[in-house]
Amino acid sequence: MAKPTRQIVIDPVTRIEGHAKITVHFNDQGAVEDARIHITEFRGFEKFCEGRLVWEMPGITSRICGICPVSHLLTSAKAGDDILAVEIPRPAENLRRVLNLAQWVQSHALSFFHLSAPDLLLGFDAPPEKRSIFGLAEAHPDFARRGIRLRKFGQDVIEKLGGRKIHPVYAVPGGVRAPLSEAVRDEILAGLPEAHDTAAMGLEFIKAFIETNHGKLDVFGNFPTLFLGHVTGDGALEYYDGFIRVVDSGGNIVADRLDPRKYNDYISEAVEEWSYLKFPYYAPLGYPQGNYRVGPLARLNVCSHTGSPKSDRELLIFKQMAGTRNVVLNSFYYHYARMIEILFALERMEELLTDPDTLNQEDIRARAFSNKPHGVGACEAPRGTLFHNYTVGRDGVIKKVDMVIATGQNNLSMNRTIRQIAMHYISDPETEITDGILNRIEAGIRCYDPCLSCSTHALGQMPFEIEYRGSDGTLLKRGGRG
Amino acid sequence: MAKIKIATAWLGGCSGCHMSFLDLDERLIDLHGRAELVYSPIMDVKVFPAGVDVTLVEGAVANSDNLELLETIRRNSRILVAFGDCAVTGNVTAMRNGLDRDEILRDVYGELGVTFGKQDGTVLPVLHESVTPIHKVVSVDAYLPGCPPDADLIWYVITELLEGRQPVLTEDLLKYG
Repeated sequence: MAKPTRQIVIDPVTRIEGHAKITVHFNDQGAVEDARIHITEFRGFEKFCEGRLVWEMPGITSRICGICPVSHLLTSAKAGDDILAVEIPRPAENLRRVLNLAQWVQSHALSFFHLSAPDLLLGFDAPPEKRSIFGLAEAHPDFARRGIRLRKFGQDVIEKLGGRKIHPVYAVPGGVRAPLSEAVRDEILAGLPEAHDTAAMGLEFIKAFIETNHGKLDVFGNFPTLFLGHVTGDGALEYYDGFIRVVDSGGNIVADRLDPRKYNDYISEAVEEWSYLKFPYYAPLGYPQGNYRVGPLARLNVCSHTGSPKSDRELLIFKQMAGTRNVVLNSFYYHYARMIEILFALERMEELLTDPDTLNQEDIRARAFSNKPHGVGACEAPRGTLFHNYTVGRDGVIKKVDMVIATGQNNLSMNRTIRQIAMHYISDPETEITDGILNRIEAGIRCYDPCLSCSTHALGQMPFEIEYRGSDGTLLKRGGRG
Repeated sequence: MAKIKIATAWLGGCSGCHMSFLDLDERLIDLHGRAELVYSPIMDVKVFPAGVDVTLVEGAVANSDNLELLETIRRNSRILVAFGDCAVTGNVTAMRNGLDRDEILRDVYGELGVTFGKQDGTVLPVLHESVTPIHKVVSVDAYLPGCPPDADLIWYVITELLEGRQPVLTEDLLKYG
């Protein structure tokens, strides 16, 4: 007699940002057939922004996400720059970049120290009630406290520039609202040494962790895909501007110097009925062969160098992990890439803060009316490449909005990752499905640090419960996971 | 005496209020010493527990999952705080109100999108026609507005509640947006 087919539902997925469920599907023989992440939230920003003014958009769209409001703020302001048809003054660009780098530090610190470190320091099989920043603070108080303070450093810089830590009102189409004083600049600089120390601690930790656990991490999303991200004209790591580069799993550049404003020419989206999160893919290869990854791992894979000394040294070591391919395929290395990116963000922040243009008190905003019917803004967000695309009337009233959100572009890869983990750990029908196994599946998602509030500008919510279904699909038994 | 049990939850919103909660920074560790955090999206507890003293609820009610969790929270919590503008007024989450749900879904996802809002709720929740602030659904004991409320204000409200006092938001503390 065939065993009943089962479906495991993880509801909600925890220690991620936003709402989602995971289902693991079994075939009639009891083997794992598939695993899916379902984003259950829908918010509808694209539609309700119609009729708003282009100048309001940075303030509204930053409310897409409380974790990376700065990314939406900047990308929206850049779409506005395009509609105003202005080139913003260099001091304004410097200040936007500093704001963005500050967010990098806080967002990556949150992902690493608050959300994922409990798995890494306490263990995937630690009691669930201990697996949190609080459990981490009990067992490793210094590590937790320093991580908290690193996030605080990033948040403080955002507040110093934008007046508040979350949803700062700072970037506007044409530039930024306020200059930076020398005194505040010096306060920020004074925080850098401690931030560097903590970044170095995190980096050494993750390198040692990967070294120690070599072989055990090969199923956390280890497969070939394309990688996509911004680089400068000479191929350096770039977050705010530049060109799009795509590399394949062999490290070959598939496309380079693509105009981010023409993203529709090379990115398409698929929709599956079981998730509010769309499935973007690299259009020339079709769906789902055009599966690409974005975010920290992808950015370090696509760039040739960082352009700053400490992070460049670390990038070299990172790339050695890839061997001759020159790209790292394992999504667990997102954590590692995130630590190098924090280091890079701190280095770049210091370079910008010591640039005299950054303290210019006057040239921070270009003023103009709506001069073009259409504008696109693109930036790297901590989680990957972000696009805002607006169509407006002569009066600056929004007629149409399209956004491609960073996390969405990792949707196919997140699904492949949890499928790989589930198939590995639930290798046969007799496997007892422990909390530790379910936590590893969730940890596969945490590698990507998904931001589902964002991705469901539009989407997301994740729970875990178990349903046992007969092979005809009838519900036999239902259990929860507490 | 048993420690006071605190929980936080998010419904339809942007997580910004929870990020502001994390902006308590090192005070988070103090809080954990003084009270017991028993449920939160930043912890691995999957089922909302019984016997919670204070629950901060971020976000508005936008779908069947939000509603179900909110009702559980109300049953299991002594004091329920509407945490942030979306919980208090609906705010940005409610900006889709007045637009036709199916039309939005069709515009964003194509024809397939229309089926999203009408699933049976077992995996994808049913999307509500309109978004409501939480006091429309359950009784609320305290309101903490702001988009988001800043960490100092959150700390004030929590510490007042821990001391057994009703937090009072005087004019200088009360703000929206």
